[in-house]
Amino acid sequence: MGQAAKAPPIEGTTLFDGEAAANGYALNAMCYSFNEAACRQAFLADEEAYCARFGLTPAQRKAVADRDVLGMIAAGGNIYYLAKLAGIFGLNVQDVGALQTGKSLAEFKQFLLDQGQKVHHG
Amino acid sequence: MAEIVGAYFTSHVPAIGGAIHRGDQQTPYWKPFFDGFTRVHEWLAEIKPDVAVVFNNDHGLNFFLDCLPTFAVGAAHEYHNADEGWGLPLYKPFAGHPALSWHIIEQLVDDEFDPATCQAMKVDHALSIPFELAWPGVSAWPVRIVPIAINTVQHPLPSARRALALGRSVHRALASWGGAERVVVIGTGGLSHQLDGARAGFMNPGYDRFCLDHLASDPDALTHDSIHEIVRLAGTQGVEILNWIAARGALGPSAREVHRNYHVPISNTAAATLLLDPA
Repeated sequence: MGQAAKAPPIEGTTLFDGEAAANGYALNAMCYSFNEAACRQAFLADEEAYCARFGLTPAQRKAVADRDVLGMIAAGGNIYYLAKLAGIFGLNVQDVGALQTGKSLAEFKQFLLDQGQKVHHG
Repeated sequence: MAEIVGAYFTSHVPAIGGAIHRGDQQTPYWKPFFDGFTRVHEWLAEIKPDVAVVFNNDHGLNFFLDCLPTFAVGAAHEYHNADEGWGLPLYKPFAGHPALSWHIIEQLVDDEFDPATCQAMKVDHALSIPFELAWPGVSAWPVRIVPIAINTVQHPLPSARRALALGRSVHRALASWGGAERVVVIGTGGLSHQLDGARAGFMNPGYDRFCLDHLASDPDALTHDSIHEIVRLAGTQGVEILNWIAARGALGPSAREVHRNYHVPISNTAAATLLLDPA
């Protein structure tokens, strides 16, 4: 058994391991394709057809349709590839952080700034 | 014999590239981070490197899950950036040093590492941003590079102990290289941050301080935690500390801290910059 399997889980955290990578392959492959501008345009032109081309699982397709980042991660998505999908919608890592934590964008940004306040002003 | 003239470490948050592009370096949000580079520029002018060995991690530009090496050494004449898919500016190419790359590969395999070797390798913001920070505004980079990519994407990741040993093997290679190059070692990424999951936005200044306090004097102290524990302490992307640990190994047995800057947050990340001299 691998070390990760024995270690207690980390709250709010999914390790992208072999099992996740196997489950998430189609979704991550689609997102990897978005390195090409033509692929980003093809997705925007016909999302359904583009997802079908990569053979997304029903759970992956639903998570993409719902713009449900936690759902994408549960379906094997890796954040480095998902970021390329988020980029199509003009979302950056603060937007994605807010979506995942149930905070508004302003609240999430403040949450980040507050951690700095603790460092810089004790 | 090549001279190892120092080690430079910094975060590679993509948003830094945007700030540079917009000229935001002196705005209140960015100033505390960019002001940490005045000393970097002076130091680089003093040590005058002409080669950089750069430990970094690919974010889905060059490598996909179809074939994901744990360690990959670039052995190309040239390295190009490309569209990463989400609106980053396109960065300048890098000249390689394939003869030194192959010498490093020989040493690594002699030391029982089994790296992938890449005669073509795209490099992403993990390489470009630390260079944009170190040599702002230059038309071409003043150093040739040997990029070494460490898998920080798909678990199982190499252990911190393994990353340090990898770096030490690279040090042996540099020590036996017959050329007169002046080599700077670079580690990019980190420090604590987590982009994904319900814990997104997590940072851990206490752990970052531990890493910064021990990297020069006792890098082995950073290798006692398992990868799982490093994820718990530093966040899912905080494991990029592996690049720093490997670079520290490549610097050599002893080191002296020259400069440190630490600022929270830059984007979702606890950002740090560190300079070490060989001692």
